[in-house]
Parts: sequence; C-alpha cells; structure tokens
Amino acid sequence: MLFFSFFKTLTNQVVTIELKNDIRIRGTLKSVDQYLNIKLDDIDVLDLDKYPHLSSVKNMFIRGSVVRYVVLPRSEVDVGLLEDATRREAANQAGKAR
Amino acid sequence: MADTEDVGSSSVSEPLDLVRLSLDEIVFVKLRGDRELKGRLHAYDSHCNLVLGDVEETIYVVEDDENDQEIIRTIKKQEEMLFVRGDSVVLISPQA
Repeated sequence: MLFFSFFKTLTNQVVTIELKNDIRIRGTLKSVDQYLNIKLDDIDVLDLDKYPHLSSVKNMFIRGSVVRYVVLPRSEVDVGLLEDATRREAANQAGKAR
Repeated sequence: MADTEDVGSSSVSEPLDLVRLSLDEIVFVKLRGDRELKGRLHAYDSHCNLVLGDVEETIYVVEDDENDQEIIRTIKKQEEMLFVRGDSVVLISPQA
C-alpha cells in the first residue's frame, strides 16, 4: 500500500512515465489504483517522431505492469516522510511474516 | 522462529532487511534490459518497487562497428527523483 498512498499524494502533478517498450509519456497524474495503474491527462509523447501513433492521444489509462519508471517532480517528494513510511511498512511486513 | 523474536532494527534476518539498512544510502540496482541505476534509496516495498533520488541510469547497447566487431556503447541519463517498478529489478546492492 506504500506506493499506492505515495502516488495518491502526487495526483495532479506532472510526471513522465517510461514504459517497458521505451516510450516516454509526460502528463498530469489524474488517478492511481492499488495495482499502480495510472490515468494520465494532457499527455505529450517524448520522441514523437519515433512513436507517431500516439500523436492524437490526449489522455490515457496505463496498465501498471507496463511501467518501467515514473520520473517524479523532486519538489513534491518529501524524502524524510517517505523513508519513515518505508520503515513502518517494513516493520508491518515483518510482523505479518512471523 | 525463536531466533527472530527480538530482532533489533539493525539486524538482518530476511533478505529485504539488507535493503532496509540501505535506506537513505547510495545503492546500485541492476534491472532487466541491460540497465543499471545508481542513486539514493528513499523507499522500497516487498515487490522491490523503489524510489531513488539523484539517479544515474546506465544503458548498455551492443552495436557493430565499421569492422563488424561488436562494441558495447553505454548511454547515461540523470534523474532527480525516480520511481522504479519492482518487476524490472534484478538486484539491489548497498554501494560502499
């Protein structure tokens, strides 16, 4: 749930998503679900000359499993908070495993 | 598992504990598709989803040169803050 909650805090921010087939898409993160499926609005495809088939697409749903990276706006990420949340989640997982 | 009953926060009793000890440290991450990352680990979960800061990505590409010899070209990219989906991750190593 850690990254689901994390991405929810990033809604309405502009992110760049790199897919496993190397396409990079920049857009506004509109929503995310537990599978880390993502809805992007106002998209721009970087390297459009290489991938012209997406030139008329304005918003899209991306299946979480095809994502390789999400490039995040650094100013919107509180790394201290993120590390604390990660330690809590790790402790939770350890509790469950026992 | 009696030996894990009173584990302190600094001990390693399962594989991901090694990753936990690398939080806020520089890690080396090997990915599928001949890619490597080096950056500061800010978050991870049990799927090996990661958030890395100040990342350098290295991509290895095999090409033929003019003599039909295979040469390996490296492409380097920098990102300030990057989420990496766990299913691409091959290994995570603490970087001394």
